[in-house]
Amino acid sequence: MTDVMKSSPQPTAQESILAPQGEAHSELLRRREIDASCRVPVMTFYASGIFWLLIGTALALLASVKMHWPDFPWAPQYLVEAEWLNFGRVRPAHLNTVIYGWATAAGVGTLIWLMARLCQAKVVGTPILMVAAVFWNVGVLIGTMGILGGHSTSIEWLEIPPYATPLLFLSYAMVAIWTVIMFTQRPPGHVYVSQWYLLGAIFWFPWLYGIVQLLLLGFPVQGSIQGIVNWWFAHNVLGLWFTPIGLAAAYYFIPKVIGKPVYSYYLSALGFWSLALFYSWNGGHHLIGGPLPTWVVTASIVASCMMVIPVLVVALNHHLTMRGKWHLLISSPTLRFIVFGAMMYTAVSLQGISMSLRSLNEVTHFTHYTIGHAHWGMYAFFTMTMFGSMYYIVPRLVDCEWRSASLIKWHFWATFYGILLMLLVLTVGGLWQGFKLNDPEVPFTTVVQSTIPWLIGRSFSGVLITIGHVVFAYHFFLMIMRLGKPAGKPTLFREPVEAEGGVA
Amino acid sequence: MMNRLPTLFMGMLLTFSSAWIGLVVVPWAFFGTLEPVQNPSEMAMPGEMVPPPVTGNIEAGLEVYAANGCVYCHTQQVRPERQGSDIKRGWGTRRTVPRDYIREKRVFLGTMRTGPDLTNVGVRLQDPAWHHQHLYAPRSIYPNSTMPNYAFLYDVREIQGQGSPEAIQDLPPENAPPPGYEIVPTQEARDLVAYLLSLKRNYPLPEVPPDF
Repeated sequence: MTDVMKSSPQPTAQESILAPQGEAHSELLRRREIDASCRVPVMTFYASGIFWLLIGTALALLASVKMHWPDFPWAPQYLVEAEWLNFGRVRPAHLNTVIYGWATAAGVGTLIWLMARLCQAKVVGTPILMVAAVFWNVGVLIGTMGILGGHSTSIEWLEIPPYATPLLFLSYAMVAIWTVIMFTQRPPGHVYVSQWYLLGAIFWFPWLYGIVQLLLLGFPVQGSIQGIVNWWFAHNVLGLWFTPIGLAAAYYFIPKVIGKPVYSYYLSALGFWSLALFYSWNGGHHLIGGPLPTWVVTASIVASCMMVIPVLVVALNHHLTMRGKWHLLISSPTLRFIVFGAMMYTAVSLQGISMSLRSLNEVTHFTHYTIGHAHWGMYAFFTMTMFGSMYYIVPRLVDCEWRSASLIKWHFWATFYGILLMLLVLTVGGLWQGFKLNDPEVPFTTVVQSTIPWLIGRSFSGVLITIGHVVFAYHFFLMIMRLGKPAGKPTLFREPVEAEGGVA
Repeated sequence: MMNRLPTLFMGMLLTFSSAWIGLVVVPWAFFGTLEPVQNPSEMAMPGEMVPPPVTGNIEAGLEVYAANGCVYCHTQQVRPERQGSDIKRGWGTRRTVPRDYIREKRVFLGTMRTGPDLTNVGVRLQDPAWHHQHLYAPRSIYPNSTMPNYAFLYDVREIQGQGSPEAIQDLPPENAPPPGYEIVPTQEARDLVAYLLSLKRNYPLPEVPPDF
């Protein structure tokens, strides 16, 4: 156990540039060297990720507005009639730019920095990462233009046309190889829980992405097998790629910022392996009532219910770690974004479990409720966790602090209220829609009409989120230009309640 | 144990491949090579196979369906009688099963019903002219519809002689072409409508009892 304590992320009190002497000082210098070695690849992935976040947000707003005002008369006609801005193209373009352009790039950036810090080694093989970053962005660009240009595959989460996916696969493989090389650079001894998750993510995703390309695009499997392969893939992109990276970040930053180790090693291990086993089986619950033998779907429902183990174990572990330190949420942007993300992880996972039950699924399947669930996971959990990670990592790479606490506040509150409003309207509106759909006495056009007020609410939530993203992108741009505050004193929402160190 | 890369990878491999085998390999082995069957209906012609082949225009229309993201609002699956109102709404006479989809090179089961299910749209709406008008100007048929218009699949052109027999008729004034012009489908629109008209999964199959 002592071994565990030692190699858990250390309190950041020593990270203040002013204070330490002797051993702590050389430790600090080492960290600065490691951070400096990450600068170029991490900032490249982050900057391109934020670029795609803005594009993806614009596409989201357009798609959202088109859902309730299909012919919106006051808009320029080309927005209504242009082939490439048709709803059926903008919607998958939104999904792919935010999933691959934003979330994956933000995840890889965070992964690089966490691996370097946790392996206590300077980044080697930077060219591999830079080639990967270029391939990735070219792949996403070609893919997005392909979707808007009418080459979408219409396979959910795999819409990028087959001529762009190999590029993404190659890029991904390079990141995976780099991660393994980096892992061999570490000093012998303990492997921290975040590293299990990172290694898992990096090991699982190329396999998923490779197999699904072969079985759906290269040599398509027959009939409704395509459906099960599709959802095995799409659900695992969330479960075995984004979730492990999000949890790796939460497991790293929560102890780091509050300055105390993770509560329990054993809970961490249980949470990791139960996630690996059960999450991977979940995909079939997207096809309840679909054209498949019932046993396939039932196996996925059972696995979905078993997800209660990893979810509650992780929630408990984080909660007990946070105990006594909740007041730090008032001051630390990193902590506030990440703790919010971690709480949303628990909530969205429990919601997902309930949605896999046939009785509730009968109502929520095929409605906006599911769209709400997807944003709950990808945005409220993953994206917010990535924002939190960036608030910690970026100042250490560019040697200046975030320029303005009020910009961070605007970012937090706009995205916080934006996503909560979105979840509210899609969840309630989705249930409403589902009950009406299941009542054959209600004409279909009435069901369509009843969703409109909720969809207008969703567009409004999108405006809030857009404000948050623009503010964040501007703030990030100032950081790239080194226009932040002088390094040394982290930019906080307000001064810490007690003068204990370790907030950033 | 958890500090060694090979051990970690072995654990990750085992957990991951359990699901890969369970959700991908086994279903593929069990029902991944189904064949069409002789239509079991008494009224069927000898040698009439179901599901019917997907060829020519229909296959081209499937591509148009994919390119324009119809799947994001329309499902193509009918749940069993006891689940939801799929059958009561007249979207099918029976649940759909794996064999229904074996002829299509890409399957659009869908996950969202912003619009109605299309499993049997070719049974419900058999008039190509109706589909063309609906695709060109959805709100000229259903004023409350939120479907995007697919006007870009149609050409507005000057009427030559008698005019085209395919031209969309009876459009309300706000959608009608200028005098002397007509609206005719492009090849893509014809293919898409051929595909929609081909969606008829109401034939009986030996593995599905009627009304199930």
